[in-house]
Amino acid sequence: MTAPARLSAPPEACRDALGERLTFDRSTPGKQGVLLPPLDVPEAALPTDLLRDELRLPEMSQLDVVRYFTALSRLNYSIDTGFYPLGSCTMKYNPKVDEQIAALPGFAQLHPLQPEETAQGTLRLMYELQEMLAEITGLHTASLAPMAGAQGEFAGLLVIKAALEASGRGGRTRVLVPDAAHGTNPASAAMCGFEVVSIPTGADGDIDLTALDAALDERVAALMLTLPSTLGLFDRNILRVSRAVHAAGALMYGDGANLNAIAGQVRPGDLGFDVMHINVHKTLATPHGGGGPGAGPIAVTEALAPFLPAPHVARDAEGRYRLVTPERSIGRLGAFHGNVGVLVRAYAYLRALGAEGLREMSTAAVVHANYVQARLREAYALPYDRRCMHEVVFSGSKQRARGVRTLDIAKRLIDYGFHPPTIYFPLIVEEALMIEPTEAEGKESLDAFCDAMLAIAREAEEAPELLRQAPVSAPLRRLDEATAARRPVLRWRPDPRSEERDRGGE
Amino acid sequence: MEVPPDLRYSKEHEWVRLDGEIATVGITDFAQDQLGDIVYLDLPKPGTEIAQFAKVGEIESVKSVSDLFTPVGGQVTEINQNAIDHPEIVNRDPYGEGWLLKLRVSDPAQIDALMTADEYRAATES
Amino acid sequence: MLATIGVADESELFADIPAEYRNPTLRLPPPLAEADLLRELTALAAMNRPVGELVSFLGGGAARHYVPGIVPAILGRSEFYTAYTPYQPEIAQGTLQSAFEFQSMVCELTGMDVANAGMYDGASAFAEACLMATAVTGRRRIAALETVEPRYLEAVRTYASGRGLPVDRIASPEELTSAHACLAIQQPNGYGCFEDGAQLGVAAHAVGALYVVHTDPLALGLFRPPADDGADIVTADGQALGVGLNFGGPSVGLFACRERFLRYMPGRIVGRTRDLDGRIGYVLTLQTREQHIRRERATSNICTAQQLLALAVAVYLAALGPRGLRQVAELCYHRAHYAAERIAALPGYRLAFPGKTFFNQFAVVCPRPPREVLAAALRQNVLAGLDISDRIANGLLICVTEMNPRAEIDLLVETLGAAAEERP
Repeated sequence: MTAPARLSAPPEACRDALGERLTFDRSTPGKQGVLLPPLDVPEAALPTDLLRDELRLPEMSQLDVVRYFTALSRLNYSIDTGFYPLGSCTMKYNPKVDEQIAALPGFAQLHPLQPEETAQGTLRLMYELQEMLAEITGLHTASLAPMAGAQGEFAGLLVIKAALEASGRGGRTRVLVPDAAHGTNPASAAMCGFEVVSIPTGADGDIDLTALDAALDERVAALMLTLPSTLGLFDRNILRVSRAVHAAGALMYGDGANLNAIAGQVRPGDLGFDVMHINVHKTLATPHGGGGPGAGPIAVTEALAPFLPAPHVARDAEGRYRLVTPERSIGRLGAFHGNVGVLVRAYAYLRALGAEGLREMSTAAVVHANYVQARLREAYALPYDRRCMHEVVFSGSKQRARGVRTLDIAKRLIDYGFHPPTIYFPLIVEEALMIEPTEAEGKESLDAFCDAMLAIAREAEEAPELLRQAPVSAPLRRLDEATAARRPVLRWRPDPRSEERDRGGE
Repeated sequence: MEVPPDLRYSKEHEWVRLDGEIATVGITDFAQDQLGDIVYLDLPKPGTEIAQFAKVGEIESVKSVSDLFTPVGGQVTEINQNAIDHPEIVNRDPYGEGWLLKLRVSDPAQIDALMTADEYRAATES
Repeated sequence: MLATIGVADESELFADIPAEYRNPTLRLPPPLAEADLLRELTALAAMNRPVGELVSFLGGGAARHYVPGIVPAILGRSEFYTAYTPYQPEIAQGTLQSAFEFQSMVCELTGMDVANAGMYDGASAFAEACLMATAVTGRRRIAALETVEPRYLEAVRTYASGRGLPVDRIASPEELTSAHACLAIQQPNGYGCFEDGAQLGVAAHAVGALYVVHTDPLALGLFRPPADDGADIVTADGQALGVGLNFGGPSVGLFACRERFLRYMPGRIVGRTRDLDGRIGYVLTLQTREQHIRRERATSNICTAQQLLALAVAVYLAALGPRGLRQVAELCYHRAHYAAERIAALPGYRLAFPGKTFFNQFAVVCPRPPREVLAAALRQNVLAGLDISDRIANGLLICVTEMNPRAEIDLLVETLGAAAEERP
């Protein structure tokens, strides 16, 4: 690979104008993009003391709104335009037929509170999805209520807390979290009132058993474990770990962010997990949306089922589907029943795959990550030299010694036409670079990516300035995040230039 | 790494200069370099009593948060509003204009528990 | 690829998995090719009776509202919906700039200083607002007015239960004490009525508590924003603004607050800045509040939110503009008042809160259990409202929107009238 491929970017004029002028700046008084029908009933008296004086919103024609947002969309990188090797994100292809299905009026136009007999199709879908998730995880049932992985963690920990209390093991104040864990783990534990105790990861990439044993006492409510870990490694002592946790009277929480590696290969419930959340916007291919919506259903053992959030979908003796509140529920997490529109897509994905498809998915995901590991291991430092699962963690430490940081490697990849991998996570790896190819990419795509990474490694040796200046071919160059944090400008104001001047910006 | 010889240093990378009863505290050049672009300072209010080595505030960069510990104890007399308004000063001049707080020390002998410039330099280079 | 990796068989890559549990037999339905999948799921969808096929006056936090064609058209652009969270801003300006638009519009609507890029939904946003108040004030008790929609209050209780924070459901601001971190209200409330917003704000501040107001963003097209009543934090659900129903989710939670509370605000925030060439661009900012940096000391654990629906709201509001939004609100208001007047005139029916100002939701007391009235109405393909007899004896909550033309309202009145006379 010689010269880097250029990302297709909108023409200069379009590129420059977009950021400067928001919808508010593109307004013409009197314009309106959508017209409403006339009033067809007598006007009632308005409470004049409660009415607002003015409302400042954009005034644009519909065509102008369409052009503006269409132009904005073209500034985005997306799965449909390119490869995302993002570790722990599982950015796989979002099947279009799932979009078609979710948009069917029968699904899309259902009010959450309409009589259950008029929503049997969706309720049945939800029930079956609960069952499928339980089957895949090897647990008893699942709650579809959590609207994201983090909310699943919060709910799952509350379930654990409630269950321990009910069984006379209340008052346990600690949750153990590996030092490699995703930030949501300790954040969720703290939201549940737990004290977070960090357990180190051993040099071999498995959790440090001595530290774990030392920390396991009657104050511990749960261990939160991601399997495979955020290092992309399958803990070889998992059975020992879960036995030790249970022996101490605590429970095993599974962060299912990496389920893509093991779905169909093993059931987490068999390995000792009591609760596991599943990120449907990862493993189950629902679209990421630029930051949601996703969903984080939690699967639980039979003992924990009574504590699940409300509502739960049940099936009665006559085969009718109902929304019920589990008998000792921790309560509801939102106004309605979860992100059902997203769950329809997840259901469709699983119905398309079947059990065999699931196994093929995880097999390919793991093969692809190991292939990338093999191709890049000479050029990049491998902190844990062992078989990885669906993702591989490298360190930019070799390049750091030449004055080039992982950030620079990441930005240079953009010039080669790729979205950067996950960087600086997990925190325990210096200059971390985490790559998850997923099963969706073909060999050609993986090779193109690896070729780019190798070219960048060479550039780091021979022409490091190229990396530090990168990206040069994206819609924008590197952005000044320091000023954005020091002097935050978080909303449109009539004249942004005078605003920046007032605040003493650069 | 700049390490002015007339100051004393804590292992958490703070420096202190004692002028009679008043101590001036800041973070070292090593610390500001590690943090990267500093964007926000959370400092204790004047009048607050602080104990030696206690956590008294936080320093944020774009991508991290660091606890600020005080190398000596006493009562806070002044905080650097200029640095609060323009945190980049701490990056640019950590020992001068980038000072963080001043306090009236409770026990000047506390300074003996701190490292000299040579000791600190050796500690950071290892 | 296996050769490059150095294994003979794929199964070797799973050797770390305990052998006794490998390759389980999963009892899942057999796989379906695309056409079969579509057929199967279309049949499932056909088992539903969507509001499009019925006449709906269902409210309670979601309702049938008009989704202009422009919204699905923009949301359907795969550069938006298949994009990742914008951690690499150089190649995510589409997402970031539209999030900045959303934040700006939420500020304009609510009258607040700053807004985040969205939460899961209105109820969880409301719950997080109450938690935020405890962090800001250092107080542990949460007070919520009893007229808040019960499901929202339940969400607050669940969120508060994590740290064991007591939630007091109070009847009047007189029950506020200096132990309360906030007074949380819904405006208009769970019965559709307007509270005395300004007076409640005064009462909250008198005890040093924050004033948290959960509002209706559509009503804000017509009515004074909560900022005018002294709100410190404002939340809302974006469902009415181009999001659609989808059996209750996904939606998007709006969250805005006063500038001095900015560092306590949960969720992602987008800020404006410049790139190396001096061009304006947008980035995620103030990330030190969030879980990936502050971990257990974060303002919230929220990570993935509802970005795509925030885009929907931004597109909707840009397309409607201030006049369009006001027209939608007026259609809702006047039609709801027409419905209320006609229903109140029906023998056996009366308004539950006569004389109280309302927007587009109102409660009526029925001559028979609402369950029976609703069953009779459904036989006429009318979803007449929400049974709230657990709160008000024989209570029915009716919501009227810009999607209910006069003919539907007249049908509702007729149906309710007939239901009163029907033999059970």
